Amino acid sequence: MSDTSVVKLNMHDEAVRQLTVCNSCRYCEGYCNAFQALTRYRSFDEPTVSHLANLCHNCRGCFYACQYTEPHEFALNIPALLANVRANNWEQHIRPSVVSRLMQATLWPYVLITIVFAVLFTFVLNVSWGSSEPFYSSISHNTLVLIFLPLFILPWIALINGLRSYWGSIGGQRLVMADITHAFGSAASMKQLSGGQGQGCNYESGEQYTSIRRWAHQATMYGFLMCFASTSLATVYHYVFGWVAPYEFFSFPKLLGVFGGLFLSAGTASLFYLKIKADNELGSVQRRAGEYAFVVLLFLVSTSGLILYWAGGTAFASGSLVIHLAFIATFFVSLPFSKMVHGFFRLAALCREAQIKRLA
Amino acid sequence: MTNSVTAVAADLSKITTGAGDYQADVIIIGGGNAALCAAICAAEKGASVMLLERAPIAYRGGNSRHTRNFRCAHAAPLGVLAGEYSEDEFFNDLLLVTKGNTDEVMARLVMSKSSESYDWMTKQGVIFQPSLSGTLSLSRTNAFFLGGGKALVNAYYQRCKALGVEVRYNTTVLHLNINEGECDGVLVEADGVQTYIRAKAFVVASGGFESNKEWLQEAWGEAAKNFLIRGTPYNRGEVLKQVLEQGADSIGDPTQCHAVAIDGRAPEYDGGIVTRLDCVPFSVVLNENGKRFYDEGEDVWPKRYAIWGRLVAAQPNQIGYAIIDQKSSELFMPSVFPATQCDSLPELLQELGLPIDEAMRSIQQFNEACTDGDFHPTELDGLTTKGIEPEKTNWARPIDTPPYYGYSLRPGVTFTYLGMNVDQSARVTFNGIASKNVWAAGEIMAGNILGEGYLAGFGMTIGTVFGRIAGTEAGDYV
Repeated sequence: MSDTSVVKLNMHDEAVRQLTVCNSCRYCEGYCNAFQALTRYRSFDEPTVSHLANLCHNCRGCFYACQYTEPHEFALNIPALLANVRANNWEQHIRPSVVSRLMQATLWPYVLITIVFAVLFTFVLNVSWGSSEPFYSSISHNTLVLIFLPLFILPWIALINGLRSYWGSIGGQRLVMADITHAFGSAASMKQLSGGQGQGCNYESGEQYTSIRRWAHQATMYGFLMCFASTSLATVYHYVFGWVAPYEFFSFPKLLGVFGGLFLSAGTASLFYLKIKADNELGSVQRRAGEYAFVVLLFLVSTSGLILYWAGGTAFASGSLVIHLAFIATFFVSLPFSKMVHGFFRLAALCREAQIKRLA
Repeated sequence: MTNSVTAVAADLSKITTGAGDYQADVIIIGGGNAALCAAICAAEKGASVMLLERAPIAYRGGNSRHTRNFRCAHAAPLGVLAGEYSEDEFFNDLLLVTKGNTDEVMARLVMSKSSESYDWMTKQGVIFQPSLSGTLSLSRTNAFFLGGGKALVNAYYQRCKALGVEVRYNTTVLHLNINEGECDGVLVEADGVQTYIRAKAFVVASGGFESNKEWLQEAWGEAAKNFLIRGTPYNRGEVLKQVLEQGADSIGDPTQCHAVAIDGRAPEYDGGIVTRLDCVPFSVVLNENGKRFYDEGEDVWPKRYAIWGRLVAAQPNQIGYAIIDQKSSELFMPSVFPATQCDSLPELLQELGLPIDEAMRSIQQFNEACTDGDFHPTELDGLTTKGIEPEKTNWARPIDTPPYYGYSLRPGVTFTYLGMNVDQSARVTFNGIASKNVWAAGEIMAGNILGEGYLAGFGMTIGTVFGRIAGTEAGDYV
């Protein structure tokens, strides 16, 4: 622990150094609300730095506009600094921290967990690969629920605990509806990713502004939410109305699932491409593998779902099902420990920002 | 980047007048705002354009990197600009700061073309934003660049790339080969190799000489060694100097520079905006002998920081010390370097290296001279001292509440006034006759309009308008 606290202390000193330069410049105030928030402070304690870090979207506008990046002696790199602070926050608050640290930074846990689940589903549930058995006849619905329910609940407990811990650490107070509406409105439109004047961000094309990342992220987020809605709706159909899957193509669960899946696959594929093109040095360098793992996992969740849909009735059906379920299970198990957590911390930061402004 | 840029001796034997192919239609000397506007306009006219930037890519853009807005006349709300800002009001503002030391025809030319330049800039990819916090007083007159001047420079370089402008970085122009006001080519140095480049037209937009300390010393003597240069170390004025030596008409006071009081701990070059210190109106300012030397509360800081550059330059070793107490510690923009902070005044004075007895005497005299009254940090409050010399005529409150804070002040040079004379088409004049193929734009000719003082955002207006004129004229000429 002493080692990490030394690292953290150095990082905080570095954050104070860099943010102090920003605060006496303020040229970047137009890019996003992190810079607008910055101007409220005259000094930067750890909660303040954390709050600013979770408002940052890593759009990189401020880096390419900065007079003080290397080789200038002030050597500012705000996107990388805040990316590191942000990820440290997730790792510190989502416990067990050792799992968070491992899964934010490396790829192999995701591979391992997926393999374990694939094997588990194959052998424990006695699935015969290469069969064309339809969806719920290869694994009984109750078995699915038995496996997925704890997988679904435990990570959410870790997430909620982590968020509460973060909220307390930044001095968050009791939320009112207006804070939440404000935060969700901002997140839903990805207002901050507009770059301030609608020009987009500098993520993948250096000093040139583009809106590709905003669109890719929108597709990913809404695709994910559609898939999630599809599953939730199917659950309601099953338990409330007793309508058992598979459903018609022109049914809500199916339409949401297929189009959500298409959005999610296209969005994550684009994000992956953008990440390859972007400059690593402007992000959290040591967490690159974990970030790639998360984007790829999301892509595989939706793409394997789509494959499963097209493979229905063919010899690939049961194999596709096992793989799809393995990806989904991996996603849910890793949810609070993966980059997925950024969305929740961001929402919390947006709520806090709305709250600070309301109380001012 | 604390090292100054050094001079290279020109090898004039490489110059082959009239021989060899043209390597471009138009050569632009310089890589800041005016140079880029000229390059874009010349390229839009169909000319092949080569832009020679002395700095490496990371420092391209000269002092435009450090700018943040563009002063612009407008009859009705325009983009991010509110209300109206007439040319007459604009011109009056200029008269106030220059004390009449301007050329009305040239100034009005810039002002009349500022409004259309706003649209032009937007078309080139420059993005504006409403004025920043703390600069609301400029929301009607000045359009702010989203992200500041470097973002503007980036947008222009991208536009240049799209138009096929050949940009050469790390390329220093050593000599313009001018005969009777006509230029044949330029001798350049890059990677230690000197080459002669011929072209049909030339736009000189290489800035002033404020980072050439040897030159500053000619006017300021040894004192110049203690000056800090707020902007690029690449503005050495060597192109300006040698075009003037070849008979171009000069304009502007060769001994004057625009200097403001900045944080004494700023880097020698390129500290930019963050080195400003806004605490003076709330301070007692002592020189290194522990004496006060000027009314710290004469006016609001935006109207006084330039005066303080010269005031500090006139003190022993060109240094001042601003001292405040806890009451005033949050009344100004945060400083980039933390203040020296102590719980007692003698401790603070010692830490700052001031003579304690003399400095304590100055502060005590000041404290005793303070009078009762209401303190208003954002306006002239008339809270004045009585019976000391010099008086502090506003915001005079005793320095008596620990902790105490101290900042050192140094003159920070922003730009120089000496330039080359141009006509309304931006052509450089030689003995009163306009050159056939040499134009100038930006800081190098701003002295035609700005003979004294400064008006926020006006340097960018001059550079943009004259850069566009020079580029268009040069593009038409070839």
